[in-house]
Amino acid sequence: MDLSEHLFRHESGRMVATLTRIFGIHNLALAEDVVQEAFCRALEIWKFRGVPENPSAWLMATARNRALDVLRRERTARTFAPELTRQLESEWTLAPTVAEEFGPTAVRDDELRMMFSCCSPRLPEEAQVALILHILCGFSVDEIANAFVSSHAAIEKRITRSKKLLAASRKLFDVSGPDDFARRLPAVQRALYLLFNEGYHGASPESAIRSDLCRESMRLIAILLESTLGATPSTCALAALMCFNAARLPARLDLSGNLISLADQDRSQFDRSLALQGQRILERAATGSEVSEFHVEAAIAWVHTSAQSSEQTDWATIVSLYDQLMAIRPSPVVALNRAIAIAQRDGPQRGLDEIRAIQDAERLARYPFYHAALGELELRSRRTDAARRHFTAAVGLARNPMERTFFEQRIGACR
Amino acid sequence: MSEFVFLYRGGETGRSPERYQQMMQKWMAWFKELGEKGHVKDIGQPLERDGKLVQGTAKKVTDGPFAEAKDVIGGYSLIVAKDLSEAAELSKGCPIFEVDGQVEVRPVMKMNM
Repeated sequence: MDLSEHLFRHESGRMVATLTRIFGIHNLALAEDVVQEAFCRALEIWKFRGVPENPSAWLMATARNRALDVLRRERTARTFAPELTRQLESEWTLAPTVAEEFGPTAVRDDELRMMFSCCSPRLPEEAQVALILHILCGFSVDEIANAFVSSHAAIEKRITRSKKLLAASRKLFDVSGPDDFARRLPAVQRALYLLFNEGYHGASPESAIRSDLCRESMRLIAILLESTLGATPSTCALAALMCFNAARLPARLDLSGNLISLADQDRSQFDRSLALQGQRILERAATGSEVSEFHVEAAIAWVHTSAQSSEQTDWATIVSLYDQLMAIRPSPVVALNRAIAIAQRDGPQRGLDEIRAIQDAERLARYPFYHAALGELELRSRRTDAARRHFTAAVGLARNPMERTFFEQRIGACR
Repeated sequence: MSEFVFLYRGGETGRSPERYQQMMQKWMAWFKELGEKGHVKDIGQPLERDGKLVQGTAKKVTDGPFAEAKDVIGGYSLIVAKDLSEAAELSKGCPIFEVDGQVEVRPVMKMNM
């Protein structure tokens, strides 16, 4: 039997979540050690005897048995999860309790609990995202540093500090209380949104890493969608947004891994089944009166995904959706995208006027696509010198070779 | 053709889940390739890293591990090759070298005098 892709990564998140539930959040490091041991054992045995019929079950059973050993051996020396103390103390209830915690529904809940615990308001957003990637997606410090184009030391510091804070909270987030759940949910959605965007627009030069990030955020949001309290209209809208954008991923890069601008993308490469899935989830998002930023963004992504070409795109609708988004969550980047949509609708000069009218435009100064947008509109206005200047500025700010090549090609177009 | 035992030593340290996955795939690919070329007599067995050590005239029994982690044998395979140098050459494809491990290549003694 072959290994399914990223098996160890995905199992790692589930195993750590469940073990932490049993050992208690203060024993997170112990849970991680047990997972390491289980993986080590799997590697040693499977390489000689082949991958078992159900590798996930094998890994889970190994982790469960190791957990029992640890609980028996260290019962007097350590405290474990406070809410399970009594059941874990007696030999009569120990094994059944652990077996129950390793049941499929319990494991799902554990992942959810961990996701919410990672999104503590005491942690900054980027720490929440890093922690989710590390604990629930099994990314190592180096892999996260690669994905975020950051240094090993910086990410290690961020993760160590966040884990310490998590361990000190003494208790995992309680996902059964509707009020607390609803209060924490926006932070969780935001973290998954940022995780997806890091994959979609992020700075990592390796497209494989970036599609991993997109896939991971989609895997986690599926867990949220399966939970009664988690599947709110805004969660559905966010999931739909991810589907639409992921559907367009295959057309964003050419065969040599270079970026292709929206107008030149081959739309036959869009993943139609993902787009359909997005549409179905978006219908679920339309229940209730809530219109979140994710609803609006999903609607924008849907207009792009369903259009036959850039020219046939309903730019007027996109502009009005960006107007709505500016009202819900204004930011210079949203304003920039709105200006670009206006240029598509009313011509490049109107777009340039809008860009120049953006408030806080200085916050875009280091964003390469700000300069590229100016360049594009100047180019369309046949002011090639100005266009070249802007594209050159974009090249200077490019975050990876892929972006650099893309902007250099645009300079080449300024003739 | 002669038989050789490959003893796999050390090379198991903590890694990221993705690295485990890659190592797993590499080991499977390596064994598959050796097998397809007719070099595998017996893929062998993994060995637990702890056990007992019995020694001396007093047959004193002590707990393993017997050596430093890096020297512990984690498994063995029975390999068929033309001669010792071919066997050693074959061992070079083993993924254990990526994680600081070693392969000890030992000819199985023959019956002929």
